Amino acid sequence: MKNKLKAIMESAMAQIGASEKLDDLGDIKVSFLGKKGEITSLLKSMKDLAPEDRPKAGQMVNEARAKIEEKLTIRKKEFEQTMLEEKLAGETIDVTLPGKRLARGHRHPNTITLEEVEDIFIGMGYEVVEGPEIEKDYYNFEALNIPANHPAKDEQDTFYITKDILLRTQTSSVQVHEMEKGKLPIRMIAPGRVFRSDEVDATHSPTFHQIEGLVIDKNITFADLKGTLQEFAKRLFGEETKVKFRPHHFQFTEPSAEMDVSCFKCGGKGCRFCKGSGWVEILGCGMVHPHVLEMSGIDPEEYTGFAFGVGLERIALFKYEIDDMRLLYENDTRFLNQF
Amino acid sequence: MDTSLSWIKAYVPDLECNAKEYTDAMTLSGTKVEGFKEFDKNLDKIVVGKINKIEKHPNADKLVVCQVQIDEDGTEVQIVTGAPNVKEGQKIPVVLDGGHVAGSHKDGESEKGYRIKKGKLRGVESFGMMCSIDELGSNSNMYPDADPDGIYILSDNPEYADAKIGSDAIELLGLHDVAFEYEITSNRVDCFGVLGIAREVAATFGKKFVPPVVTQTGNDEDVNKYISLEVKDPALCPRYTARVVKNIKLAPSPEWMQRRLASVGIRPINNIVDITNYVMEEYAQPMHAYDLDTIEDRKIVVRKAESGEKFTTLDGQERELDDTMLMICDGKKPIGLAGIMGGANSMITDNVTTMLFEAATFDGTNIRLTGKKLGMRTDAQAKFEKGLDPNNALEAMNRACQLVEELGAGEVVGGVVDFYPVKKEPINISYDADKINALLGTDISEEDMVKYFEAIDLIVDKDKKIVTVPTWRQDLERMADLAEEVARFYGYDKIPMTLPESSATTGGLSDKLKHEKIVRTVVEGYGFCEGMSFSFESPKVYDKLCLSEDDTLRKSIRINNPLGEDYSVMRTSALGGILSSLSTNYNRRNKNVRLYELANVYIPKEIPLSELPDERMQLALGMYGEGDFFTMKGVVEDVLYRLGLKEKAEYKPDAGKAYLHPGRQADIIYKKHNIGFIGEVHPVVQKSFEIGEKTYIAVIDMKAATDMADAYVKYQGVPKFPAITRDISLSMKKEVTAGEIEEIIRKAGGQLLESYELFDIYEGSQLLKGYKSLAYKIVLRAKDRTLTDSDANQIMDKIISSLAKKEVVLRQ
Repeated sequence: MKNKLKAIMESAMAQIGASEKLDDLGDIKVSFLGKKGEITSLLKSMKDLAPEDRPKAGQMVNEARAKIEEKLTIRKKEFEQTMLEEKLAGETIDVTLPGKRLARGHRHPNTITLEEVEDIFIGMGYEVVEGPEIEKDYYNFEALNIPANHPAKDEQDTFYITKDILLRTQTSSVQVHEMEKGKLPIRMIAPGRVFRSDEVDATHSPTFHQIEGLVIDKNITFADLKGTLQEFAKRLFGEETKVKFRPHHFQFTEPSAEMDVSCFKCGGKGCRFCKGSGWVEILGCGMVHPHVLEMSGIDPEEYTGFAFGVGLERIALFKYEIDDMRLLYENDTRFLNQF
Repeated sequence: MDTSLSWIKAYVPDLECNAKEYTDAMTLSGTKVEGFKEFDKNLDKIVVGKINKIEKHPNADKLVVCQVQIDEDGTEVQIVTGAPNVKEGQKIPVVLDGGHVAGSHKDGESEKGYRIKKGKLRGVESFGMMCSIDELGSNSNMYPDADPDGIYILSDNPEYADAKIGSDAIELLGLHDVAFEYEITSNRVDCFGVLGIAREVAATFGKKFVPPVVTQTGNDEDVNKYISLEVKDPALCPRYTARVVKNIKLAPSPEWMQRRLASVGIRPINNIVDITNYVMEEYAQPMHAYDLDTIEDRKIVVRKAESGEKFTTLDGQERELDDTMLMICDGKKPIGLAGIMGGANSMITDNVTTMLFEAATFDGTNIRLTGKKLGMRTDAQAKFEKGLDPNNALEAMNRACQLVEELGAGEVVGGVVDFYPVKKEPINISYDADKINALLGTDISEEDMVKYFEAIDLIVDKDKKIVTVPTWRQDLERMADLAEEVARFYGYDKIPMTLPESSATTGGLSDKLKHEKIVRTVVEGYGFCEGMSFSFESPKVYDKLCLSEDDTLRKSIRINNPLGEDYSVMRTSALGGILSSLSTNYNRRNKNVRLYELANVYIPKEIPLSELPDERMQLALGMYGEGDFFTMKGVVEDVLYRLGLKEKAEYKPDAGKAYLHPGRQADIIYKKHNIGFIGEVHPVVQKSFEIGEKTYIAVIDMKAATDMADAYVKYQGVPKFPAITRDISLSMKKEVTAGEIEEIIRKAGGQLLESYELFDIYEGSQLLKGYKSLAYKIVLRAKDRTLTDSDANQIMDKIISSLAKKEVVLRQ
């Protein structure tokens, strides 16, 4: 009995060890542990043993059975592991193949730039407002201290509809509408389309966009103007950006200035973009002219304010290094898809 | 406006700075220097030489071999030249071996110039080069004494004849100089003259300003015996001054004057013309010289032209005038177009003996408009347009006469004819240092402010705290203007940077802009790229869109002065722009193009405009390539939903759009309001825009749509009870629309109808001709209980019987 069991065990172990696939294990299990299997037969043959030997023999057989089962389980796991590995190996993909993307559209570079500017000023408590593009002469010129026949009017190459109605040449007209509402203080930016009678070329367009800014309150100073615009420039172009204010002239501000920012391409060292100067002219600004305040019914003795105007395309062109303004209005998707 | 550094230094003698320092300082104090040109940038080792001997070149007929003396000790170098105009004994500019010239005789000035080295010319050694004026970076227009086709023979000019051999020829020719180009703003009329800029320079650098001292001029005759004056239109001519110069001796003007004119790009002509130009540059006061012998009746009349009057200006052009234009006339005829150009009939010629100098002030607007109407743009006009200071006119006149006497150009007749009925007086502005500091956010002392005022020749009464502003500074009117003067000279860069410490405001986008942002995000999700088109377009677009003659879209606003017919009307629809952009893409072979634009359109209330038009924002969508009508419709549905139009919009076929396929177009109706349309572009229109694929468009009126937007969202409980789903397949005539079916389902389904979905459309042999089949999945659910089959049957029966009334039956 003992010897027989040993032989069976050796045979079982050898067969399990030599098995080549998962299915073999089933056959082995049947041939040893099945109803007619060798261990089962051995158990059945126990009845031939002396009753006192039976418990011990039973124990031995059961232990052998357990061993075979354990070995089968281990072997089965080995087979499963191998099979999984083989399966996974076969499932290898070329991870360098392109990803699948939804064909999403793209915002216009002007809009992306505008939204950045809007976010900066909204964060500083500015309202974003709009005004009409077809405008009365009064709002575009007269109320901004540019009376009839003033040379500044000619400089702007205005498109006229009638004598008194025109295509606005500057978003500054929105300043007047806001001031006339009589709600103070004012902190606003007004983005929008403006029009000038310039022929289309790489740097000119008869339609373009400006963003006007206006702050009116008690005790607003030129220093506040400088600080606000510096903050704007740093947030738009980067913390390291420097600003420079130069005296200039606008009819509706006094004192007036133009602001340059250190060239964000070369950091101020001088490059093709800034024409070697290290600076890029970015906007016009100034303290709201007292006469402009008066015309809109605001007492310049009590209130002061500052205003500024930025060319949106100018920023977008610089930001994205676009060298031809016409690209912005052709709407070629090969261009638009880049933003 | 240009000036040279040397000309500025003539009035600011203590100025010491290089071109870069000058540029930076002047730009920061408000006189923006746009650029500068250093005349000697590429000139090196160029001396005055003397040709001692000229011999034939042994190997070349057209070359000669010169022995050129290059210092006072008699050192000679051998130079081979092909120049035809050299002779022994002449003094010439010589660039020595290793030196540098600015240009070549053939090509003129070059960016980097040329290095000159010794070498052999046809076997004969040459140790330098004798220079033409072009090689020195200028030309014979600016140096009229220089031979345009050969070496610059210095000794032919009496002023250079005594030049020391070996001395710096660049110095001699005044080329150690810099020309600055400024951007002068229109308010600073005074800075259109060298003196005005020099005053700014002196104040900027803290140096003394030394303007020319104008002395008494004229003989003891009386000018009134030579000329009388009548100004008929004082409004257009607030001042007219005239003086007479007789016994004119025309000659070249002296080198210093020629050099100053040349340095700002004005070609020297002769002493009289040069004086006129010189004073215009110096004082920013244009002057004109008439040949007095051509002036009939010895009388000047300033009057408006008669309508249709013809006049030939000194450029030989005949011009037709109108009755707004101001003329200078003599007793019989016009002799000049006021402020713009003199007449051919009165200009000074080489034979002039007596002349009349004019320095006047004209109404800037009138001059500008006249110039515009006649298409003329002269230097004088550019200055008059700004509105000149009448007090400056007489000063300029006297300065010119002083120069006439100094240059010996003629004999100035005593006295001046001066029409000046209303004298322009200086104005007083009070200042308050505290208020100026409050505006600037600075802490500048009153003392410093006064210093800045005085530096620019404002007269300060420190006790009364009043500044008297000379009339040349007509831009200074009130304290804010004085604040700018303080800021300029204190330094814009020194003003601190602060943030407003005022009351807090809440910022944000308007609802309109928020809606636009939503739309952008939604349509971009469907692959649409944002385009931008011009707001004006060609009226031909209407024809391309096949619009009928009376279509309201044709009622557009016309620009009075458009850039051309293609940009002449304000768009009444975004269609033209979107179709043109699609066309551009198609022509460039871009596939599957989807574009959108948020476009303002301009709807006039009446034409011609008497009030502002209605500006309406349209969302225009356009696409070709992948996708069809229903792709576009899906985008529109999503846009409307996300805008807060949560109910089902009605798509009404036969929208009546001529530019859309008659069987594939619909008006979009929401709560009975028309908010836009959708459709396939009519093949004819598609062809006229040169798009070779089926094109789909949709236009939504943002205002009409968002007026009905409901941003309110109320949470609906997730259903607790199961739903019952029933599929029905319906047979009907082709003409019946899904919209009609769905409306019946909605009505009959009532409260328990949760949703319905079209899942199959069939048209084919299994149906009668002219019939189609639509299959719907209908979902029924109650909020408060589990529906029973009999509940469902009841509703389905109601739906089916309602459909039957429309001859829609269950498909067998």
